[in-house]
Amino acid sequence: MSKREQLKDDYLENRLIRRRLVLAAVFIVILLSLVLGRLYVLQVVEYEHFSTLSDSNRIRIKALPPTRGLIFDRHGVVMANNLPTYRLEIVREQVEDLDATLGQLRKFVEYTEQDLKRFMQSSKRRRPFESIPLRLNLNDEEVARLAVNLHKFEGVEINARLTRNYPQGEHAVHALGYVGRIDERDLGIVDEVDYAGSTHIGKLGLEKFYEHELHGSVGVQQVEVNANGRTLRVLSESPPIQGNNLHLTIDSRLQRIAEEAFAGQTGAAVAIDPNNGEILALVSMPIFNPNLFVNGISYDNYDQLRESPSRPLFNRALSGQYPPGSTTKPFYGLAGLESRVNKKDQEVFCIGYYQLPNEERRYRDWKKEGHGHMNLNGAITQSCDVYFYDLAYRLGIDRMSAFMKQFGFGEKTGVDSTGERRGLLPSREWKQRNEGMIWFPGETLITGIGQGAFLVTPLQLANSTAAFSLKGKRYQPHLVKSVEKIPDYNRIDIASRVASKYQILKPKNWEHVHKAMINVVHGLRGTAHRISQGIQYKVAGKTGTAQVFEVAQDDEYDEETVAEKLRDHALFVSYAPADEPRIAVAVIVENGGHGSSVAAPIARRIMDAYLLEQS
Amino acid sequence: MNQMLDSDSASITRRIMDALRLDPVLLSLLIILSLFGSLVLFSASGSDDAIVVRQLTRILVALLLLIAVANIPLRMLRKISIWLYLGGVGLLVAVMFFGEVGKGAQRWLDLGFIRFQPSEILKLAVPMIVATYLANRVLPVGFKELVVSSVLVLIPVVLIARQPDLGTAILVGSAGFFVLFLAGVRWRIIISLGVLFSAMAPLLWKFALHDYQRKRILTLLDPESDPLGSGYHIIQSKIAIGSGGVYGKGWLNGTQSQLDFIPERSTDFIFSVFGEEFGFFGSVVLLLIYLAIIFRGLYIAAHSDENFGRLLAGALSLTFFVYLFVNTGMVAGMLPVVGVPLPLISYGGTSMVTLMMGFGLIMSIRSAKRFLV
Repeated sequence: MSKREQLKDDYLENRLIRRRLVLAAVFIVILLSLVLGRLYVLQVVEYEHFSTLSDSNRIRIKALPPTRGLIFDRHGVVMANNLPTYRLEIVREQVEDLDATLGQLRKFVEYTEQDLKRFMQSSKRRRPFESIPLRLNLNDEEVARLAVNLHKFEGVEINARLTRNYPQGEHAVHALGYVGRIDERDLGIVDEVDYAGSTHIGKLGLEKFYEHELHGSVGVQQVEVNANGRTLRVLSESPPIQGNNLHLTIDSRLQRIAEEAFAGQTGAAVAIDPNNGEILALVSMPIFNPNLFVNGISYDNYDQLRESPSRPLFNRALSGQYPPGSTTKPFYGLAGLESRVNKKDQEVFCIGYYQLPNEERRYRDWKKEGHGHMNLNGAITQSCDVYFYDLAYRLGIDRMSAFMKQFGFGEKTGVDSTGERRGLLPSREWKQRNEGMIWFPGETLITGIGQGAFLVTPLQLANSTAAFSLKGKRYQPHLVKSVEKIPDYNRIDIASRVASKYQILKPKNWEHVHKAMINVVHGLRGTAHRISQGIQYKVAGKTGTAQVFEVAQDDEYDEETVAEKLRDHALFVSYAPADEPRIAVAVIVENGGHGSSVAAPIARRIMDAYLLEQS
Repeated sequence: MNQMLDSDSASITRRIMDALRLDPVLLSLLIILSLFGSLVLFSASGSDDAIVVRQLTRILVALLLLIAVANIPLRMLRKISIWLYLGGVGLLVAVMFFGEVGKGAQRWLDLGFIRFQPSEILKLAVPMIVATYLANRVLPVGFKELVVSSVLVLIPVVLIARQPDLGTAILVGSAGFFVLFLAGVRWRIIISLGVLFSAMAPLLWKFALHDYQRKRILTLLDPESDPLGSGYHIIQSKIAIGSGGVYGKGWLNGTQSQLDFIPERSTDFIFSVFGEEFGFFGSVVLLLIYLAIIFRGLYIAAHSDENFGRLLAGALSLTFFVYLFVNTGMVAGMLPVVGVPLPLISYGGTSMVTLMMGFGLIMSIRSAKRFLV
């Protein structure tokens, strides 16, 4: 920098600033001329065009709601479609006195306070010339009554719209979920433009999880209307695009058979193809009709469902958490062999209870008189608790929870639906974190027979069993097999994803447990022996009984005297054919008593239907 | 005799003006414009007296503040500019943590007795601090001055853009950079910054803009693509303006405006109401009034005695133009929809007050001269 430049020279600086000011002024004139030019084009050159648009008042823009994608089962059976229903709609702008009109309409058709509230809410969001539904799902009589009197009401319309319908009714409701009317909570989440014409949205299950696939894209119609709002002509239209179709892994036939097999009992069952994680049936009993929810369920119906002691709305298969009981024994058995803590022929003498060294407390076996000498095979076949108390004691909680974790216990499976819970895999850290207490050795024992804090969901149990049948290879379970993209109907398969793979150290170890599980069903002393009658394939299984009610130290559990609500849950897990598994099943019957008598027959029915009666 | 009286009364007005340190030309233009604006607002609000009364009150308050600011000597202005700037930036940071969220953006600060947008302070504080900083330096600005000034401008701009309030960020940013421009930033720097900016545009597009901002720009290029969303504003606004024709449909007679087809018609889109009711002819007159105000401001800048005054008055006048251009451009469908009001006409208190105070600064600069022009 030269010396001259560093001196302030007011004359030169003033000249510089003035030059820049003049330059800026020139820019301003140019830019303002651009604006004026634009206005000239709009107001003078294209005046006729805009004047016409404005005079005939008026372009209206109508949102055309897309048709929701269809849902099929794995064989193409329709699980969800759309049917035309009539709805009563009002264009506010055309109504002189809204309150009077609403009052008069009451004479012809009923609507609830809830309907009215919803109408008022969407009125606020929609433009005055858009038609807003007041009542959905008019029956024929209401349509007839309204149609005769419609001329008295300016701005009131009856429109046919496609509405979600579940042709299977209550079947598979917990797999599908349902749609319902968009409410305030949904409004924050959805794109307002995309849902401009939509009145429904997936609320639960697949319908919610795959909302982005099923919804489709909104269409737009620009129409010219006269002063009364009658459509004169359509200026332009871009049609809505239907939502994508879903093809499920569910076999609706199998699903129905499984539901019927429960014969009115409460519980859940999940059937999975172990080779790819496809969920073949997902049952939660009791079931309910999702069609009730589509157009707003009545308070009576809703109360009935909600107040019912058997809680039909609760999706037990994904959200129900139960103690796994003895169904964990095969896993612990394998854990013992794999960690070399145990040998397959090592014996424990069962005298009906187990005691920790230096402790008074007796940990009881379900068989009061004891099982006598037990090796691993016998302990699984006859479900000896004492054997597993001893094994658990020797394994220790850390090894146990680390091993179980690899089969997916205590973690969400990541299924493509809503409401899944993670269950609870007890561990030292868990207890420290949640209860701020140290782990007691006694807890290790009861964890060893799947009791205590241990919780699983039916889906988790089925999936872990499936993983066991594949020697540790665990797939992420899923309900959708492929998404059919609209408009070109391309089917995009949902790839089966391996969630984890436990590498078995010695294949023999797995073989031993596997054989014991076959013995559970086919062995004479097996706890599920009764379902082997007339069976045409080999099953590997394990029964379980989950305590709901804790028996005091010196009392005895007596099925007859314990109220049904407190009776044990019956569990059964299995896979078949045992040597080349094509299906893995987990069944839980709430308050069903023993796994062998109630849960196992349901599993047998599902396996029969899938393996023998394949359509 | 009559003439004598006239010149007497004229000189009395003049003396009052001088005593109050006001510029009669600028002041009368501002009053004409804002009163005329109230008429448009009356129509845009659907003949709502209450709104117009509220707006007139604001104009009065704003004018009083204008007079107050006009009476602050330049020396003092230069001294307080740093505190104004630091305070403004501090409040912006406070907004980030304690601000109230309105319409999805965090802009408001509630001090109990008053709720305001701290970003408004920066509209004046930024050009003031940069002008103060550059006033004593050798012009044209060197590299160091350029960097320091840019940082001073960019800190508040980034904070405001994050709120997100793109409109105000543009206004604050341009106010600061206009000072630099007038202070003679070299052309090769301006050009290389321009090139750099266009090269970075794709990156900015991807990372700096919010979804809704991107959508607005896309909508501008093809409003028909989003007729249910923001494209609707543009389509309806164009119909309103276009159907006004040469002479307009007349005050209170705009069908588009009166029938609720124009969104935000009393605030950001008030120009489409004006265009429909007063036509092309009216628009030309309105733009000429604006042009006169801007040119008066530039004139005062050019005739100031010292650099501080020159730079500040020039930058404020140019920023006023940015308001006008961004708003009319948006309403006429030339620029994306950003929240910038039509200055002195749109309904709303904060921008009215800030703008008038800005003109107060300009008048103070004019009065600082020994010989008034």
